[in-house]
Amino acid sequence: MTAYLVRRCVQAVAVVFGVSIIVFIILHALPGGPARGLLGPEASAFQVHQFIVQNGYNQPLPVQYGRFIGQLAQGNLGYSYHYNQTVASLLSQDLPKSAVLVGLAYLVALIVAIPLGIMQAVRRNSLADYVTTGASFVAYSMPTFWLGILLILGFAIDWRLLPPEAPQGATVAAVLSHPQAMVLPVATLALVSVAAFSRFMRSSAIETLVQDYIRTARAMGVPERIILFRHLLRNSLIPIVTLIGLSLPATISGAVITESVFNYPGMGLLFYSAATSHDFPVLLGSTVVIATATVLGSLLADVLYAVVDPRVRLA
Amino acid sequence: MTTTIAPEMPGAEPAGGTVQPGGSAWRMILAVFVRNRLAVVGVGIVILVVAFSFLGPVFYHTDQVHTRLALINLPPSHAHPLGTDDVGYDVLGRLMLSGQSSIVVGLSAALLATVVGTLWGAVAGYVGGAVDAVMMRVVDSVLAIPPLILILLLASVFTVSTPVLILVVAIVAWLAPARLVRGEAISLRTREYVQVARGMGGRHGWIVLRHITPNAIVTIVVQATFEVANAILLLAALSYLGLGPAPPATNWGSMLSNGLNYIYEGKWWLIYPAGIAIVLTVVAFNFIGDALRAALEVRLQER
Repeated sequence: MTAYLVRRCVQAVAVVFGVSIIVFIILHALPGGPARGLLGPEASAFQVHQFIVQNGYNQPLPVQYGRFIGQLAQGNLGYSYHYNQTVASLLSQDLPKSAVLVGLAYLVALIVAIPLGIMQAVRRNSLADYVTTGASFVAYSMPTFWLGILLILGFAIDWRLLPPEAPQGATVAAVLSHPQAMVLPVATLALVSVAAFSRFMRSSAIETLVQDYIRTARAMGVPERIILFRHLLRNSLIPIVTLIGLSLPATISGAVITESVFNYPGMGLLFYSAATSHDFPVLLGSTVVIATATVLGSLLADVLYAVVDPRVRLA
Repeated sequence: MTTTIAPEMPGAEPAGGTVQPGGSAWRMILAVFVRNRLAVVGVGIVILVVAFSFLGPVFYHTDQVHTRLALINLPPSHAHPLGTDDVGYDVLGRLMLSGQSSIVVGLSAALLATVVGTLWGAVAGYVGGAVDAVMMRVVDSVLAIPPLILILLLASVFTVSTPVLILVVAIVAWLAPARLVRGEAISLRTREYVQVARGMGGRHGWIVLRHITPNAIVTIVVQATFEVANAILLLAALSYLGLGPAPPATNWGSMLSNGLNYIYEGKWWLIYPAGIAIVLTVVAFNFIGDALRAALEVRLQER
């Protein structure tokens, strides 16, 4: 176990370094460099030159990268030209709000998907199974932004039940103080995950249903309800742990879209506006932070998997 | 979005017995379509969408070049079955034109991603050792960046035209095939026929191309089908965010992005048709991929 953990951690660190190198290369591939991107096509050659020298963009790439890593090691993620703030302070403001959105969406998705998947497995190949499976296929194939728009059209414009815009505010508390406005963004992000989770839950439960211990329990006359909850549910939940870790990149992608549909003041919106305004330090800093989160997520999922399922041997 | 955890359809298990083992990969794929209703539905939808997009304009003539301010945002009528958009283009004609680029970009990006991913994975798995470790850490690193974050990064750096768009979507999509083919290559390289080929002095490049890749073809085709669906979704998301190709180029995502400005004015014909087109096409490719995968699993069990 310890050897496995150490190896996985070393791999994770290597991956985070790899991400920083890749993002660094991508961002510096822009013709004219970050200066032209930020100052726009109207800036004079002198201004561009001044900006490049000031920020050290004329130095060789490895030197620039070394400086970035050196700063990163001291906890300095860079400085946003656009917002005139440090990237760290921007992220510390917006990251928690995105975490709340993603967390709530996961919670809702699991609450819906787990019973749904179990139901589909127990009544597999029935009409209910076909209908719900068809629905999750459609939900899975739906662009997240279009789903959000449909929900706005229905619940906010036609029926006027919920506000069309996400809650605004600088802090998590401010965002959470408008629970009504959170409903549509959370529902949008959750629905896409429900589709994937319930399919996974279904196949996991079907595999559990044919196990000997279920047959033994049935033969012993254990009530079906207890079989469902004690044996089927608990055992088929194990793979879901991995799924949560693995689905993090897809969910973060969904969050970027959801945040821009509902104007939710989170990290996705920050990243999107940084991409359109060529705010390089923000792009670089937040990608490294997001990638670290997804790497940690899958690492945690692997370790948790071994903890909840003692049968798993880590090699 | 791009998850490797695609859902499975219950009806995707091939009906009426199993696919004959021992046949060639292509015969197996053909057998899937003969036996599986969902796959047939999927192929049917794809054919319809392709015909609609590419043959439709032959029969249904619209002006998609000149903007007409007298005809903006008209509701559906006899002259314009799906109304007109905010610059006076006929929406039905626009849907066909957008379909062309959505399909071309989706297919090309999936093809490019599959070819690059396959070669990358085959080489990594076949060579093994330190080369494999480094190549797969590269894949892991790109994979750690959520797809939409990566595509926004790329789109912010490059000026997006159709070829660039194909490249950008492919950069996001080549990872899954690379990992899958690597897994296959690791098991294939120890097979007797590969050993024999090597013993007979076959060059490594030759072995990868002639022995490793063809034997992973079913896995590759299944994954490629899902990649088309993913590529169309990614393209739509990127265009929705306003980072897609600049006008006059268009696709279903760009149409939706435009229609959104009129969401409060009840102009449903700017929001439903393009969305439905995306969902139909993506569902169709997912159906096909799912049926192929079900057949692949049957074949693996019979090995």
